[in-house]
Order: sequence, then structure tokens, then C-alpha cells
Amino acid sequence: MKFSQLGLACALTIVLSTAHAIEFNQFQPGKSALSFVSKQMNVPVEGQFKSFRSKLSFDPAKPAAAKAELEIDLASIDAGSKDANDEVASKAWFNTKVFPVAKFVATSVKPLGGNRFEVAGKMTIKGKTLDLTAPVTQRQDGNSAVFEGSLVLRRADYAIGEGMWADFGTVANEVQIKFRLVATAATK
Amino acid sequence: MSSSSSPARSSGTCYTGVAIGLHWLIAIAIIGSFAVGLYMVDLPLSPQKLKIYSWHKWAGVTIFLCVVLRLGWRLLHRPPDLPAGMPAWQRKAAEATHVLLYLLMFAVPLSGWLMSSAKGFQTVWFGVLPLPDLLDKNKELGDLLQQVHMMLNFSMAALVIAHLGAALKHHLIDRDDVLVRMLPWIGNATSGDVK
Repeated sequence: MKFSQLGLACALTIVLSTAHAIEFNQFQPGKSALSFVSKQMNVPVEGQFKSFRSKLSFDPAKPAAAKAELEIDLASIDAGSKDANDEVASKAWFNTKVFPVAKFVATSVKPLGGNRFEVAGKMTIKGKTLDLTAPVTQRQDGNSAVFEGSLVLRRADYAIGEGMWADFGTVANEVQIKFRLVATAATK
Repeated sequence: MSSSSSPARSSGTCYTGVAIGLHWLIAIAIIGSFAVGLYMVDLPLSPQKLKIYSWHKWAGVTIFLCVVLRLGWRLLHRPPDLPAGMPAWQRKAAEATHVLLYLLMFAVPLSGWLMSSAKGFQTVWFGVLPLPDLLDKNKELGDLLQQVHMMLNFSMAALVIAHLGAALKHHLIDRDDVLVRMLPWIGNATSGDVK
């Protein structure tokens, strides 16, 4: 008896939640953040990108159908100091004059259970497109869905830091990327 | 520890070997770091620059620790007295110079550490031991502390020149043992005989 009640409740919840299907697709740049930690001489140095856009849609009832795209204006980087900002815009690093934007396009979203997902997609930086997967956790904050995650990107894969910077002794290959993307819902 | 060649003299006539060793070690390290500091600030950004900055910071931390040791040693081992005939104003000037030099030996590396924190570059001693950041990243404060670090350094350079000038004056004009007794190897051997 108890179990059937529980089943009924569950079924009702599913029906109700699909009836009120919501899709989080209004990207909130002001609440989102894209930061990274590089290691210089084994010392972590924090940085961030100030300008990026995302097109995303996420229906909690159909997470696998979620879509996500991210475009980052590489010139908006704050790499820790003015010297560093000028340097990473140069040819050896991002070459922002030729490649102003980095782009990530998600190709699949795999639910990992709970509120965790694995997002796989194509990352394009400096003219190179490579597969990239990132673990993402999702939580709801009022009317917003917050997607957070972090991943390690190897700068050499995209030729970020060439020539004299190619040696990992001063600037490590691994760069820790942290992201928080916030989107509000549009009721269907 | 060094043994004096004239053990009959009172304990106040010569520096210990440790005091002499620390004096010259710190002197060389300070002059070297000062020169490197002047050289590195205007370098264009390169891996070399990042390496030099790191070494400069590591040297600063090391000097700071040596100065702590040195001050501790000095408090436990009375330095030799100044020559008996020295005028009072010179004694006062010597004391003031030494007090200021000690203060700056602490203040200069401290200001560098704080500046690094404020600029968002943590100090990790020899890439192994992270020092806590006492200040949060703050560009204006970082720039201000860079000025402070520089002014403290130039003050120290002026004091070191005065210190050196006074030592030479004692040696060449007054012909006393003030300089010689701080020299390694010969310092202790001759300190009793010069006067």
C-alpha cells in the first residue's frame, strides 16, 4: 500500500514536472564566471575572462537533450598583470588579432546521476579544434540554473605559448579552468 | 666558533666566526639581490624574467631568515666595543646606522613579500614551501608597495654606502681595528694587534 502510494506520488511528480517543463536558456553573463589557474614557476596564478557568451538550453527533465555553446573573447583575459595580459594576446599565445574567439560546442550531455553530467564537445582555440569533456554539476538557484565545473586544459594542445614559452618549466602545460554558467528559465 | 689569538683579552674585542660569516653572507646576498632587482624590473616578460623574479623572491626569504638568525646570535653574543677614543656623535651615528640597517634588513624582504601578495603572485620558497599571502590581490596596493619596496631599498643602499665609508674611514684614517675585526680569517687573528 505504502509503495503504491509512493509510486503514485512519483508518477504525479513526473507528470506535473513535465506539464510545467521548464527550460533554462536565458544566459546571464553578469552572474557567470570563467576563470583559470595557471602555474608559473610552480606558483598558482589566477586569471579570468571577462567577456564570453553562451547559448544554452537545459530541461531538467531531459538533460541529455541539453545544448550548450560558449564563445570566449580572448582579448578580455585578465592573466594577473598588465604585462601578462599584453603577452598572452601576442602571437606566441592566443594571437588574438587572428583568433579573437575561442569556442566550445557541446555535442553530448551524459547524465552521471544526481545533478552531475558529463558534457562532451569540440573546443576550438587558435584555429585548432579538439575534443573536450568536462564534468558539470547543476543546481537550481531561484529562477536560475547554475552550471559549474572545472577541467584541466593542456595549453600545448592548442599551441598556447609557443617559442620560448613552449617549455613547461616556467609556465606549466596544465591549466585549471573553472566555469560557472547561469541561465534563467523560460517557461514553455 | 672562533678562538681569539689573544684569549687574555676581554670577550668584547672580537666578533665570533658565526657573526662574521653571517655578516658577509648577508652582505653578498643583499648586494646581489639589489643588483638583480634593479636589472629585472625593466625586462620584457619572458620565461627568463619569471625565473629571475622567483629567484629574487627566494633570495629575499632566505636573507630574511638569515637576518633572524643573525639578530638572535647578536642578542646572545655581544659585539665588540667601539674604539675607546671615538667621539660621542660618531658612536651615536654608528648605532643609529646599525639599528636602521637591521630594521631595513627585515623591512625590505617583508615589503617584497607583501608586494607579491598584493600583486597576486604568491611566494613559494624555492618552488616548494608556499608562504601565506598576507594581503589580498589589489592592484593599487601592489603598485604602492612596489614604490615602498624600492624606497626602502634605496634607503638601504645609502646606509650601506655610509656603513662602508665609515669602515674605510676607521681603517684608513683612524687606523683602528673596526674594519679588520669583521674580516674573515684575519679578523680574529689581528684584532688584538692593530691598535
